[in-house]
Amino acid sequence: MKKGTDWRYRVSNKEAIMGTVLAILNFIWWYAFAYGLGGRPVKEYTYILGFPAWFFYSCIVGFVVFTVLVWIMVKFFFKEVPFDTEEPKPKEGGDVR
Amino acid sequence: MNWDVILPLAFFLILVFLVGIYTSRHIKSGPSFLQDYFLAGRELGGFVLAMTMVATYGSASSFIGGPGAAYQLGLGWVLLAMAQLVTGYFTLAVLGKKFAIVARKINAVTLIDFLKARYESKWVVILSALSIVIFLFSAMAAQWVGGGRLIESFTGLSYTTALFIFSGSVLVYVIAGGFRAVVITDAIQGVVMVIGTVIILAGTIIAGGGIENIMGELRAENPNLITPFGSDQSLTPLYVSSFWILVGVGVVGLPQISVRAMSYRNAKAMHRAMIIGTFVVGFIMLGMHLAGVFGRVILPGIDVPDKVMPLLALEVLPGWLAGIVLAAPLAAVMSTVDSVLLLVSSAIIKDVYINYIKPDAEEQFVKKLSFGITAVVGLSVFAMAIHPPDLLIWLNLFAFGGLEAAFIWPIIMGLYWKRGNANGAIASILVGVGSYMYLHLNYPNLWGMHTVVMPIVLSFFAYIVGSFTKGDRPQTNTF
Repeated sequence: MKKGTDWRYRVSNKEAIMGTVLAILNFIWWYAFAYGLGGRPVKEYTYILGFPAWFFYSCIVGFVVFTVLVWIMVKFFFKEVPFDTEEPKPKEGGDVR
Repeated sequence: MNWDVILPLAFFLILVFLVGIYTSRHIKSGPSFLQDYFLAGRELGGFVLAMTMVATYGSASSFIGGPGAAYQLGLGWVLLAMAQLVTGYFTLAVLGKKFAIVARKINAVTLIDFLKARYESKWVVILSALSIVIFLFSAMAAQWVGGGRLIESFTGLSYTTALFIFSGSVLVYVIAGGFRAVVITDAIQGVVMVIGTVIILAGTIIAGGGIENIMGELRAENPNLITPFGSDQSLTPLYVSSFWILVGVGVVGLPQISVRAMSYRNAKAMHRAMIIGTFVVGFIMLGMHLAGVFGRVILPGIDVPDKVMPLLALEVLPGWLAGIVLAAPLAAVMSTVDSVLLLVSSAIIKDVYINYIKPDAEEQFVKKLSFGITAVVGLSVFAMAIHPPDLLIWLNLFAFGGLEAAFIWPIIMGLYWKRGNANGAIASILVGVGSYMYLHLNYPNLWGMHTVVMPIVLSFFAYIVGSFTKGDRPQTNTF
């Protein structure tokens, strides 16, 4: 019976936490711009490219920013691990199996 | 009939049909048949994975119902729709490589295979299979009706003929080609959805005389249309935020989505899919719902929200371009039903028949059975869709939220909490589905949030409490 957990799961756990944090940031961005700027009276609205500023930042810029953040997250922070090999080489500091 | 519109639609249907048939030639025989038929041999690359996740998730409501609501309520509804951006990356990130690796280790082909290996409980399997078959069957029938109605409204054919054309084209390629045909056609359908969004958005902005002009007219009509609160001020921040659960993070619990998280080839495919998926889902949701809002300036006074998109496309675009745009909702419906059809059939064959009725069934027989059951399920949905029974329509009300409340914790906690056990999973499924149905019928939108929120909270506690009762924990270190 093997002891310890698969080292690849640690990578995966870390990535799951990163994904969750990104989702929370995404929510905060979306909420803060929408109700922070959009909660004012319509008379005080400012407009960017024709859109009310709250919508422009919350939905349009938010879409672009978070697509780029996803790209940065997987490009620089996600690791490529092999899926199929039953006995992957433990990396330095890997588990004792 | 408007042939300009019908020709691109017909071309699209034929293209999907031919591609679906062509991919079915790749189906392998032998021991890998089930893996191949229900999971395409875990060989999906990044682009196809992204497209099949977006297309399976995006249904008629993204193209018809949603933009119709945006037309009535204004930018507030676009804000709500943008809660879906998170589906592009969250499911893959949270289930992650662990889910894909575990699935390989235990040879899982379906979501229930995963739950079975994790909880080692007959009741978890039976309850899950029941929820999937009942809820997804009715959800599928509802989409099927939608597909028939769409073709009916564009072409003027009778509903039954339209339904026949729609089901015929979907059924043949799903039965013959399995998961591979489903995902390859999903990729085409996803591309059609993106192209349709670009065209209708551009057409609407041009017809409305530019964004600035459109916003000015909206503000003049009713200033609330350009606030986040909706034309009638009905969209409270809490209510809109609760959609982050229903159509955002909760989507992890939908079996037709989570099963895709075990189908990709390698880590690189998953990484690419997260980037592409986020972009595509964000683009479609933003574009289609904005077009709905803008449409109000061009075609004021439409009372039936579902007619907004078709009428708008016909108004602002030349016929053949309108045909391409109208192919998008059809693509969305097809890509949803084909995935769900295969999932229901896999639940019957793999999860019930092979697990409990005949574990030692021969390959050849399993193969015939797979084609056969998929055909039977498909044909019975078709039959149901001709005159949808009330029960089915009633069940469909619970399908989306009920499945999320049932599966989200058994999947996520099963992956990340070692103490979670079968009692917890059973409690979570029962409490999730039960409380969702109860609240939906008796206290819809409790405390100003979408109904789905409380059942997801309750099923979480049910899982925790259940897991503290005596029960076996997984004995292996697979999880």
